[in-house]
Amino acid sequence: MKILVTCKRVLDPYVKARVKADGTGVNLDNVKMAMNPFDEIAIEEAIRMREAGKADEIVAVSIGAAKTEETLRTALAMGADRAVHVVTEDDIEPLGVAKVLKSLVESEQPGLVIMGKQAIDGDSNQAGQMLAALLGWAQGTNVSNVELDGDTANITREIDGGLERLALKMPCVLTSDLRLNEPRYASLPNIMKAKKKPMDKKPIDELGVDTAPRQTLVSVSEPPPRAAGVKVASVDELVDKLKNEAQVI
Amino acid sequence: MDFELNADQRAFIELASQFAEAELAPHAAEWDAEQIFPVETLRKAGELGLCGLYASESIGGLGLPRLDCAMVFEALSRGCTSTTAYISIHNMATWMVGQYASAEVGGALGPALCSGQQLASYCLTEPGAGSDAASLRTSAVRDGDVYRLTGSKIFISGAGSTDLLIVMARTGVDGPRGISAFAVDANSVGISFGRKEIKMGWNSQPTRQVNFDQVEVPAERLLGAEGEGFRIAMAGLNGGRINIAACSVGTAQMALEQARAFTLERKQFGRPIADFQALQFRLADMATELVAARQMVRLAASKLDIDDPDKSTYAAMAKRFATDAGYRVCDEALQLHGGIGYIREYPFERYLRDTRVHRILEGSNEIMRVLVARRLLDNAAALM
Ligand SMILES: Cc1cc2nc3c(=O)[nH]c(=O)nc-3n(C[C@H](O)[C@H](O)[C@H](O)COP(=O)(O)OP(=O)(O)OC[C@H]3O[C@@H](n4cnc5c(N)ncnc54)[C@H](O)[C@@H]3O)c2cc1C
Ligand SMILES: Cc1cc2nc3c(=O)[nH]c(=O)nc-3n(C[C@H](O)[C@H](O)[C@H](O)COP(=O)(O)OP(=O)(O)OC[C@H]3O[C@@H](n4cnc5c(N)ncnc54)[C@H](O)[C@@H]3O)c2cc1C
Repeated sequence: MKILVTCKRVLDPYVKARVKADGTGVNLDNVKMAMNPFDEIAIEEAIRMREAGKADEIVAVSIGAAKTEETLRTALAMGADRAVHVVTEDDIEPLGVAKVLKSLVESEQPGLVIMGKQAIDGDSNQAGQMLAALLGWAQGTNVSNVELDGDTANITREIDGGLERLALKMPCVLTSDLRLNEPRYASLPNIMKAKKKPMDKKPIDELGVDTAPRQTLVSVSEPPPRAAGVKVASVDELVDKLKNEAQVI
Repeated sequence: MDFELNADQRAFIELASQFAEAELAPHAAEWDAEQIFPVETLRKAGELGLCGLYASESIGGLGLPRLDCAMVFEALSRGCTSTTAYISIHNMATWMVGQYASAEVGGALGPALCSGQQLASYCLTEPGAGSDAASLRTSAVRDGDVYRLTGSKIFISGAGSTDLLIVMARTGVDGPRGISAFAVDANSVGISFGRKEIKMGWNSQPTRQVNFDQVEVPAERLLGAEGEGFRIAMAGLNGGRINIAACSVGTAQMALEQARAFTLERKQFGRPIADFQALQFRLADMATELVAARQMVRLAASKLDIDDPDKSTYAAMAKRFATDAGYRVCDEALQLHGGIGYIREYPFERYLRDTRVHRILEGSNEIMRVLVARRLLDNAAALM
């Protein structure tokens, strides 16, 4: 079975995001970029499936500008077999991402797609769901455990108030949650070997997919700074504030 | 000329940073306080390729450029200076095996060293021969198929906990030309270890005296030819000095980043202390010296990569400058933290203790000046 795994190049999660002075977005000049952490988990899961003999090829896919190649090299160094880089300078919205992936799924014919539950830059949590809908495939989102059993993916999802267990018919789309696994390091020998693994570059225009934006970005701003706290004199006052000021109870 | 990192270097640094943050930093204070040599962590480092970084591929190493290695050591030292310094010594000894052992011996010893399954020590210094290493007296006498080693080495990093000793010993005349190098199994009959030295820093690795009493070493364990030992030892140190200098740079960078954050946060006299220009200038000087040190280290590494005739001089300059600058930055970072800087709950006094020895070992910083001056004053040699 072939597994398609997605990996997005995002602002390093440990770097403080700074909004551009003109409010048009987050400043990405000279800041450290990294693979979306949920995508690292997705790749790790695919590698474990291959190690367990349940998959024989892992194709890592990313959509982005030239430097995205480095993120794909990381995926190859972790253990993906080959990579597809869909090249675009534009920011692609989740629906556009889903359409691009659908087109790749049609040409690659994987038995399984694993994605991160969300990319930590936009935090949309949409691309996986949209891809499954466009393909008409089953979807398992926010997955914390996966067991493949023939044509069935038995998954555990983390939902509000507990865990949900589902059996999905394959092919299907899974999106990883934080606790699915702990990704391995890309070792130095594997970083070297990754340079020799194939990477396919496809200009996004050649896919014949409409990725034009459907949303307009109005402005990006820093969250308001935290105001100083207040001391309350009594429990009654606290309850009153929670009820009437914060309106949380 | 291009001062930017290439994609390989960025990937190597990324791995080293991840390893430093996840596997070294959380334990560094404990390893220091309890004097723990983290052998399991070193094995993990080996699995990732960090124990045979520049050793030749023929013995299982990665054969990476020294420039890339300097970046890796810098990134690792952000997690634990002392452990990284040991990893750098192990890499140096492993490189010597790859470079100077016979194909057979290299093939037999290399894979375990490069994977971190076995660890190595570098044994040059003696009680009577420190800066003047060429005056060493440990003797190696040929006796049929073996050499018999007798004498003592002092201040040997890792000794007592490592598997292989690279030993420089005298096989001939006085002075550098009478010295040979050997790869000696640490568990050979006749080897005994002194007590673990109690040190100011570098506490995550043992330092011990090693005594050799008629230790039989198979003749094929000779590195290079008889009489080449001093040259081999110095060739190892050319890289070692760059590595140690990189450890100072990484530690200082860590100290500077924390000092910067602290001065922005800490309020005295009604405002963040970063508002005081006296401190702003200190931070500016720290950052400037650190960048200068890093560039010197990388320049020296690059000279080593192209086998520049002046590579030793550049290594000496870089080692002198970067270990002094790194120490100064750590000291300033401690100072900027006020009382907190002096307290063991915080890492600043450890940074200072750990980087202090970088100014002494692998050739003291005075000896680095001796080397640079000798090159500068060399009759009509062109200026560097
Ligand atoms: C923690 C630690 C770990 C070590 N690990 C190792 C190891 O793994 N392997 C190994 O072989 N060695 C190791 N060493 C030894 C180290 O390399 C030596 O301590 C160092 O070379 C200095 O030698 P020395 O201590 O004999 O000092 P000395 O040579 O006695 O020097 C004393 C002082 O005199 C100065 N000096 C000496 N000669 C001159 C000169 N000609 N001009 C100007 N100044 C001079 C020195 O710079 C120094 O300040 C280690 C040392 C320490 C402290
Ligand atoms: C081992 C130890 C024992 C001690 N014993 C005692 C004791 O017995 N009794 C007691 O009362 N205290 C004691 N102290 C506290 C000590 O006096 C303080 O740590 C010291 O005054 C610095 O204050 P701080 O730690 O709050 O640093 P901070 O005041 O926060 O200073 C942080 C840094 O900012 C600098 N800085 C602050 N303001 C300015 C400015 N306006 N311009 C330029 N630079 C500035 C400081 O010089 C320092 O480098 C002790 C501290 C230690 C570590």
